Amino acid sequence: MTGNNLALRLAASLSILLLTAPPSLTAAEPDELISTIKSVDKKARGNPAAARAVAELSAAEPAVLLTVLTAFGDANPLAANYLRSVTETIVDRAIAGKKKLPRKLLEAFIVDRKHDPQARRLAFEILARVDASIVDRLIPGMLTDPSPLFRRDAVARLIELAERLNKEGQADLAGTLYKRALRGATDDDQVKAIAKPLRKMGEKLDLPRHFGFLTQWHIVGPFDNTLNKGFNVAYPPEKKIDLKEKLAGKLGPASWKLYKTSNDFGILDIAKQISPYKGAVMYCTTVFEAQAPRSIQFRLGTPNAWKLWVNGRQVFANEEYHRGMKLDQYSVPVTLRAGSNTILLKICQNEQEEDWAQRYQFQVRTCNVSGIAVHSSDNSASLPRLKETQP
Amino acid sequence: MTRPDSHRIHRLGSMLALVLVALLVTELTAADWRQFRGNLSSSVAAGEKPPVTWGETENIAWKIPLAGRGLSGPIVVTDRVYLTSSDGFNQDRLLVECFDVKTGVRRWRRSFQATGRTQCHSKMANATPTPASDGKRIFAFYSSNDLVCLDLDGNLLWYRGLTHDYPNASNSLGMASSPVVIGDTVIVQVESQSDSFAMGLDVRDGTTRWHRKQHRFDNWSSPIELPGKDPAKSLVLLQNMVGLTALEARTGTEAWHYDEPSSRTPSSVVADGIVFIPSNGLTALRPAADGKQAPEIAWKDNRFGSGTPSPLVYRGRVFTMSGPIVKCSDAANGKLIWQLRLKGAFTSSPVAADGHLYYFSETGLTYVVDASGPKGKIVSENPLGATILCTPAIADNSIFVRSHGHLWKISR
Repeated sequence: MTGNNLALRLAASLSILLLTAPPSLTAAEPDELISTIKSVDKKARGNPAAARAVAELSAAEPAVLLTVLTAFGDANPLAANYLRSVTETIVDRAIAGKKKLPRKLLEAFIVDRKHDPQARRLAFEILARVDASIVDRLIPGMLTDPSPLFRRDAVARLIELAERLNKEGQADLAGTLYKRALRGATDDDQVKAIAKPLRKMGEKLDLPRHFGFLTQWHIVGPFDNTLNKGFNVAYPPEKKIDLKEKLAGKLGPASWKLYKTSNDFGILDIAKQISPYKGAVMYCTTVFEAQAPRSIQFRLGTPNAWKLWVNGRQVFANEEYHRGMKLDQYSVPVTLRAGSNTILLKICQNEQEEDWAQRYQFQVRTCNVSGIAVHSSDNSASLPRLKETQP
Repeated sequence: MTRPDSHRIHRLGSMLALVLVALLVTELTAADWRQFRGNLSSSVAAGEKPPVTWGETENIAWKIPLAGRGLSGPIVVTDRVYLTSSDGFNQDRLLVECFDVKTGVRRWRRSFQATGRTQCHSKMANATPTPASDGKRIFAFYSSNDLVCLDLDGNLLWYRGLTHDYPNASNSLGMASSPVVIGDTVIVQVESQSDSFAMGLDVRDGTTRWHRKQHRFDNWSSPIELPGKDPAKSLVLLQNMVGLTALEARTGTEAWHYDEPSSRTPSSVVADGIVFIPSNGLTALRPAADGKQAPEIAWKDNRFGSGTPSPLVYRGRVFTMSGPIVKCSDAANGKLIWQLRLKGAFTSSPVAADGHLYYFSETGLTYVVDASGPKGKIVSENPLGATILCTPAIADNSIFVRSHGHLWKISR
């Protein structure tokens, strides 16, 4: 046999092998690749294997998209970003190559609220690239969607329409639309844009309840935080909470007192409601009743350093002073037990003298992962129920 | 011709071809603008001749609308411009985009979901750090401490969530430090009140080569390279409130430390082996020859303090900016040569090319200043009509600059 003949026979054999092999190795094993991607974790664990899996899975046909999107459901935030990249790469190639996307399946995925909100939103953005009509078809029905982004879009449309009607003198109809918009609104800019005209129309709104703010706290202090050293000192409330006990504070004996806030955004202002202490630690406690064990988020905003305990366990701490305050600045996932859950917040003020360093305040709300309020003694995520008439 | 002669000519030809390729690669490489303030963090584009005048209809090659906000500057790698942005009500949607240098056509866009806190000052954006590249990969970094590595075609290579790893690593005003690539290590400086560190990561897979605890103070300055005679021994300089630390880039081993308080926003610059650090005004440090001993102070002058824009060294002169005032001094001795008052506020660091300095004000008015004259002279004032907070890139004889809404190529 000559060398040329041998080469021809090898080529022929290889061709047969390729022709009889499964049409796409990638398509045959997406679950395995996805499993590898999902193994990425903190501090680069699993990165090299995930990169190989991303490269292989990204070469798959669009038919694999639903499998990839579904996998977001139990992926950690890092893995979800790998899956997102796979999805976008497949879609870009399909659109550039004028291949068909599984539109009906994608739309079914978008409207199925049991899927991961980020994956549904990504699917929506993909579909919107090839079918702009889905915005008008789907968004209006997403006012109470678990996805904050879908809700935001739905609320924005209602606000826009209500503003237009209000300007045209159709106040009743506008009011109805504003009230409907409030059902889905959890971003403060939208809530403000709704609350202002509704209040002008005479509506009474309970925004602290809408957001799920904790508005009643027993507070004791001040304890010493000179040179910020009090942040790491475990004063008596960190060991035991006894609301009747008198404690040795920085300025003498200190007792627990009940403070309430009626601020729309649940802000309890220590500097204004109690005293503009400097170099101080205050402890704030309240009780959250849960009918059954459940996971919720504590969302906190403050320009002061803080520590948070739930049922005696520290769940987060942040030692940052005067770098701004914002609604939902920090999100802390917490598992509550059935019955009473004791919340303890340590809130620290430093000794800076600048005008912008005098705020001593906090806001805490309880909500589900989607940002919808979860109330004490009411285990269901709830939004305020306002009387509403159909326009 | 004898066979050996022919062989020698063939070898010579091959060598010439290799040299030609090397020169070509060098030229291409020189045209890149791969990170914050350019390849060597110097803000200088040698050999480039960008325009000195432009307007809405003059010398604008293209203007592209952007999907998100950003203070990050564009970078240029071969024939592509790379840019990061952040989008969404919470600035938690992270974007990396790639555009064609010649046409501005977007080649690809990738989006990611932030894994760290995204809160920042209203003037800032999650996409404040400028991305970096080693010529093969893009390293996109955000205030939320998400670090994304993509190849030049947008394929994800690895992803790190540094606040996901270190939950207290955040600043509610926003983080701004840009990454730097030295050899095969990408270095990030993450410093805030609640947690501070610097990290060197393997460019190939994002694994941690070294992690170093830093002082817990806010810091927005960026690490820079101090090139070594042996590239494998290049140092990274980390500047912050307590001074400047030189580490071996690949290992994180400390080489030396300068312990005078230094600025937390403008970044140092290296020129002709001298480190110019915004400290006590401006301090010129001469590192020891062995790269390990403490550097000596060549000169310092408290008249040359910097606001937000970083100092720039160009053609033997140092240019610093505090408020709207530009000061030009002799890089060798700190002697003041001239000072010039511009108008407006400046966040963007100046860049230099072809004898000119480019100062982009926050209102989008750009002052082109003569860099070499005996007195400070404004050559032209050019409006863009948009808020400019980024440090622009210079490549392809053009300036690439972005606002929150657009990316421009300014070119003849």
